[in-house]
Amino acid sequence: MQTLHALANPARFLKIARPLTPATLWTGVVLIAVGAWAALTRTPPDYLQGESVRILYIHVPTAWLGMGAWSGIAVSSIVYLVWRHPLAHVAARAIAAPGALFAALCLATGSIWGRPTWGTWWQWDGRLTSMLLLFFVYLAYIALARADADRGGDGRIPALFGVAGTVLLPIIRYSVVWWNTLHQGPSITLAGSSIDSALLWPLALTLPGFTLFFAGVVLMRMRSMLARGRVEARMRRMAA
Amino acid sequence: MNAWPFVIAAWALTVGASAVLAGLSYAGMRRAEAAAEALRRR
Repeated sequence: MQTLHALANPARFLKIARPLTPATLWTGVVLIAVGAWAALTRTPPDYLQGESVRILYIHVPTAWLGMGAWSGIAVSSIVYLVWRHPLAHVAARAIAAPGALFAALCLATGSIWGRPTWGTWWQWDGRLTSMLLLFFVYLAYIALARADADRGGDGRIPALFGVAGTVLLPIIRYSVVWWNTLHQGPSITLAGSSIDSALLWPLALTLPGFTLFFAGVVLMRMRSMLARGRVEARMRRMAA
Repeated sequence: MNAWPFVIAAWALTVGASAVLAGLSYAGMRRAEAAAEALRRR
């Protein structure tokens, strides 16, 4: 908790964020590039799905980030609501747009995978519908956070919405268990993976690659928001 | 059915959208930090 409060100082945060931004972003890009090469050229086609299994290497990271980003918004919102940590509010807002994009990419890549595999672009089943709902919840959060900032709000309403939205995460996670869905059940769990290691290993590159890339983007967006905040504060002082 | 066009479309969409996101975030950060720095020097 002491570390958390130490980082509440934007100057201290920026000192860490400046070198961390290119490091996370470029490590992510390299891992994604190597992962793409491995996924598209070094793995065999699946015995059932054929070549379309290669979409898995981007679909899983986008799903992970679409859901993980909302977890980030929720944790930041709780930190903001409980400890009034000023950077937590900035972090939640910085995560929202990339999170929405990755949720949309999850839906799009899943749909592209579904056409050759299931024979349909879309099915209103539990997993797909709950993920689509999460995407709409992201859009609602972005609109709410923007409206709150425009009217000079203190950020509590978007933070409460950020916490409330977490109700969707277990629904998405367990949708394939609770309901009889077209989407396959969990392939990777804490107990292990049902995917053969010959197919699985490029995921060990693309998953951390996209995660680091995402972290780099969030850091850039946080730096941008903090700089805009400094400009607005200075303009207000100059006008007073 | 040949799945390769679907594979290429999914990868191109994800990589393209990620590149646009990174580009816009970088441009926004540079613009905002330059404005803050210019104002600080005034």
